[in-house]
This record gives sequence, C-alpha cells and structure tokens, in this order.
Amino acid sequence: MTDPQHGVPAGPDGRPLAAAGPDGGAPTSGAAGDTGDWWGTDEVSVWYGKVLALDRVTFRAAPGQVSAVVGGDGAGRTTLLRCLAGALAASDGTIRRPAARRIGYLPAGSGTYPDLTVAENLAFRAAVYRVRDPARRTTEYLERAGLSAARERLAGRLSGGMRQKLGVIAAMLHQPALLVLDEPTTGVDPVSRVELWSLIARAAADGAAVVLATSYLDEAARAARVLALDAGRELATGTPEEIVASMPGTVRVLAKRPEGDAARRAWRRNARWQVWAPDDPAGGPAGGVAGPAVAGGELVRPDLQDAVTVAALVRELAMTGGQP
Amino acid sequence: MWAMIVKEFRQLRRDRRTLAMMIVMPVILLIVFGYAASFDVSTIPTAVAGPQASAVVLRAPFDVLHRNPAGGATWARAQLRDGKAAVAVVTGSSAAVLIDGSQLFTARAALAALANAQRQAGPQAAPAAGAPSPKVTILYNPGLKTADIMIPGLAGVILVFVGTMITSLGVVRERQTGTLEQLAVMPLRPRDVFLGKVVPYFAVGAVDLAIVIAAGVAIFGVPFRGSLGVFALGALLFLFVTLGLGILISSVSENQGQAIQLAFMITLPQVLLSGLIFPLSSIAIGVRWISYLLPLTYFNQISRGVMLRAEPIGPLWEPFVFLALLGLVVVTLATLRFRSYLAPAGPRQGRGGPASAIAAAPAEPAHAAGPREAR
Repeated sequence: MTDPQHGVPAGPDGRPLAAAGPDGGAPTSGAAGDTGDWWGTDEVSVWYGKVLALDRVTFRAAPGQVSAVVGGDGAGRTTLLRCLAGALAASDGTIRRPAARRIGYLPAGSGTYPDLTVAENLAFRAAVYRVRDPARRTTEYLERAGLSAARERLAGRLSGGMRQKLGVIAAMLHQPALLVLDEPTTGVDPVSRVELWSLIARAAADGAAVVLATSYLDEAARAARVLALDAGRELATGTPEEIVASMPGTVRVLAKRPEGDAARRAWRRNARWQVWAPDDPAGGPAGGVAGPAVAGGELVRPDLQDAVTVAALVRELAMTGGQP
Repeated sequence: MWAMIVKEFRQLRRDRRTLAMMIVMPVILLIVFGYAASFDVSTIPTAVAGPQASAVVLRAPFDVLHRNPAGGATWARAQLRDGKAAVAVVTGSSAAVLIDGSQLFTARAALAALANAQRQAGPQAAPAAGAPSPKVTILYNPGLKTADIMIPGLAGVILVFVGTMITSLGVVRERQTGTLEQLAVMPLRPRDVFLGKVVPYFAVGAVDLAIVIAAGVAIFGVPFRGSLGVFALGALLFLFVTLGLGILISSVSENQGQAIQLAFMITLPQVLLSGLIFPLSSIAIGVRWISYLLPLTYFNQISRGVMLRAEPIGPLWEPFVFLALLGLVVVTLATLRFRSYLAPAGPRQGRGGPASAIAAAPAEPAHAAGPREAR
C-alpha cells in the first residue's frame, strides 16, 4: 500500500467519514475507523425498481485486512460488492472507494475471457491497469496461483477452480488498494480453496483492503471483519469474535430434532441438531442445568455459524411474533 | 409429447422477440417487398441540350428535368455522370442520345422506349427533327453488364454482413461471459471501450472491402474509373455507420440469438431496398422512404458513381452528408447505450416509488448525492 491516505475524501465536517458516521458508537467503526483509513459504504441503499436490495448498509474495509460479507441468496452481498467496485451506483448513501485503477474486482463468474489464454487474459489486465513490468508480475502471480503450467491454455478450458484462481490473480495483478472478490471460492474444491485463501491473504498482507463475499461461514471466520446481510439489511457486523460474543442466549446440541416450541429454534448441523434458547428472562445466566425451553442436550460454545444463524433466527422470530 | 408441446409454447411466449419475428415479420416483409420488388421503370429522368432544347417534347416514360439550350454534349455527359439524369438528348447538328448504363434497368427501359418511338414514328421521324436520326450511345456500362453494377453494390452488402452481423455479437458476448461487468469497473472511458470494440472490425471490414473490389476488377472486369480517395472516404463513413449499427444491436440484445435476429432484420431490407437490385425510382413512395434511412442506399450511390461514372465528390455531397448524419445518430445512440452499461448510472428507480421517497427525504443531504469517488 503506497499511500493509504491518498485521495480519501473527508466528511462534510472536514473530518474523515469514519469518525463522522451517525452511528459513532456502533461497532462498525472498529479498527478501520480509528485511523479514518478505510474503504466502504455509509448508510447505502440500493433499489432495483421497487425492490430494496440494500437497506442503509454501512460497511468498512480496512487496508491490510480481509473483510467478509456473508448472507444467503438474495441477501444483497453481490449488490454491496458491485457498489464497492463501482459497477453500480447507490440509490442513497455514500460509497468510499479509490479511483477505478486502484480497484480490483472479481465479479460473480470469473470475469475472464474464455476465448483468450491465461497469459492473454492477464496481458489485457496488465495493459488496462498499466502494470509496471507486466511480464515479471504475471509470471510471479501465475506461480503463486500454481497456474504456470496452464499459461497457454484457453481460460474457457480451465477447470472451475483454476478459472477462479485466474480470476482472482487477474483482479489483484495491479496490486489494487481495494480488492473486491465476489464468491471467489464457491464451487471450488478444498485444495483450490486453500490456495485461493493464501492468494487472498497475501494480497491483504501486501496492503490491499480485501472484501470478499462468501456463503461459507467457516471461511468468513478467518476474516478480520464480518458483515452478515439478510434481505438487504445488516444482520450482524464486527470481528467474528464480536459477533459470537454478542449472540444472545445459548446453543445446545441434541441428537434428534426437539419438539414443540423449541423446534422453531432448531437447525441441523452435521449429523446433529443445534437448538437455541434465549436468555433466561429471570436474569440468570442461560447456562446452568437447563434453559427455559430446552431440556437436555449438551451446551456448546457457539461459533460464527451459530451466531449468524441465531441472529437470523431472532429476526425471523421477531417478524413472526415468536420473539420471546 | 404433450408436456413437450406445452413447455415449448411457454418458452415461446417468454421470448417475445422471436414470436414477433415469426408472426409480424413475414407480413411486413411481404408488404414492403411486394411494393419494392419491381424492375419496371415508369419515369426516366432526362436532360435535353442543344439549340432546340426548349422545343423538344418527349413522351413518357421520359421526364425532362433539365434543359440547357446553350449546353452541348459535354454538359449532357456531366448530367449523366453526376446522376442528375439517366438519359440526355443532345439536339443540333450532331444529334445524340446518351444513356447512363450504370442505371441498368432505366437504361434498358430507355432503349426499349426509343425503339418503340422510332417504330411508331416511322420514316417521317427524321425529317420532322430536321436532322439525321440521333446516334444512341450508352455510357459507363456500354455492354449493360449486370456484374458492372452489382459488384460495387455487393461490396456494400458484404460490409453490411461483416459489419452489422459480426459486430453485433461483440457486446453481447461480453455480457454473456460476465466480462462486461469487469469492463465497467476498469479505468476505461466508455468511448475507449466503444472504439476498442469497433476498430478491429473496422480494420477487418476495410481489408474485406479492398479484397472484394480488387476481385471485382480482376475477375469480373468491373471498371474503377473514379477517384480512389472519394471511394475510400465513402467506404469509411459507410463502415462507421454499419459497425455502429452492429454495436447498437449488440447493446439492446440479451443474447447472441437475439442479436443475430435483429441484425438480420436490419440487413435484409438493405439488400432489397437500397437500390442494389430494384431501382429506387421503381420502389413505391410509401416504402421508398425506408430506403433513405438505410446506409447501403447511399453507399450504392457513391460506389456506382465513383467506380463506373468517375463521379467527383461535389455532386455526391448528398449521399456523403446523409451517411455522415446516419453515422452520427447511430454512433451517438450506441455510445449512450454503452455508457449506461459502463458508467454506473445506478439501478433504475421506480417512478414515484419508494426510491424517490428516500431520495427526497435524506437525513444528510450532503450524503445523498450518490457515490463519491476518491481520486
């Protein structure tokens, strides 16, 4: 990262926008906000016709860190990433991003030309972004991605994982300040996923603010910051630890699906059932022998996946009137 | 099988464009080409020169548009060369009839009408005119060869196919591979992308044209009498319009199939209505206005004028100006369409819908201006 402060606009009051956010105390300011050095969105809404795809979403990505955007289908991940990358304008709110030549973007799909070879695809990127010493850089990134042998192959002939890797190195070839990756690891085998993650981590280590969308919460847990979206709204945000810590109630593991009211708060994970119990209304810790609504089972330490699932569950219960 | 039929109809119903193509197109084609498809020439624009120019009365199909008692054979030839008349009559001591052979069907009609008139007038004709029977000369295409008039026009048709058909796939392909999104975020101006898309096809089209013309001259003996520069300028303008059309089609099509359909709908009328096959003057006026919207109409005029009649650029100003205008319109439209893809203009907002409600009531007006880009 040459100059993280370069070109960062200030808020209306002259101070960096991070400090001027209306939600000053919200966890969204976090590490990125401390220095005023971040890229991201501020209360951004996006309408597709009459459909609200993003509802006042605030998101910050700090240089040198990987930030993950998670959520189900239609949650608004791709919309948020397109806004960040500059492919879509917001209907309302502010987007802070570097100039186009300092953004790297992997759209859903790999964004590479199937009828060009791997080397030709990278040569096109290098020329558009005016990469210095393109031959050396290309060779270096091909090696990092383990694609050196596939140099002269048509991108359309690559396997899914290889094509994703090509898309990712094409997006980071010009060492962007903001690297936006839409589902880089979806549909990719476990080995390629590991390789992709090492590429991504390295880009962050080189100073890029990396934003990636993923549907794998175990992956998101490796990110420095996580934003969980649900139907265009923020569901949870913060570091993975903060999100887990802010989870209300407790999670237990059961061998079979619970019955009655608890069934609405249960979900399947691996071969067993997890069930969530809200905080004991009496004020005592929800731990102890048994939660108010769940009998038996083993109390587990929730992870990010549990916390995000619970957050979605709480919202759903609130909407259907099942809120405790 | 029934399930298959129902499924097929459902898919067909979703694809409005194909449905329109199947039902509306045949009707339109029938009407348009029914009126256009005519080799009959009912009027022949004629110029009369020489001492008795004012006195000459010609019967239909000859329609005297220009008279010049002071002019002679030179003036008469110029009228034909510049496309102002298809037949020129020179009166006086060296009476002559000049016919423009580059207008094949008109020339044939003129010859037939002359023969007819002579047969009807009989032996009295010559003394009445007070001169020997006029000498009939066919200029520019004395053999009245079809190849001579077809090849200059065919070059245009080939360019239409290469330009419109192939270029129309360009942007659509980017959209289908998902790379258009990638282009949108790259540090490229819409103009760069547009020109970058067009230039390669432009080069290929130009080479193509050179090959077709060279082959026409070498193999079919088609003359190239005029200025190469004027021809090249016309071809340049024409290619520009054609490629612009291709990009425009591409930008309004969802997939390659639709692009091909649209390109076909634009290409076919050009072949039939541009004057390439049927003389423009024979096309019913209700349909002929379409001809004047087609770039090939103007390219035909330029290529035939330059190649066969050595027409200079001056009298050709009309086709040049119209081609330039067409090019301006097409390229502007295409660039605008392009811009809406490449510059993030934002999602379409519902009219009076919730979007404008949000925009109208911003908590912080300074923030409501949309995306801000740091430089």
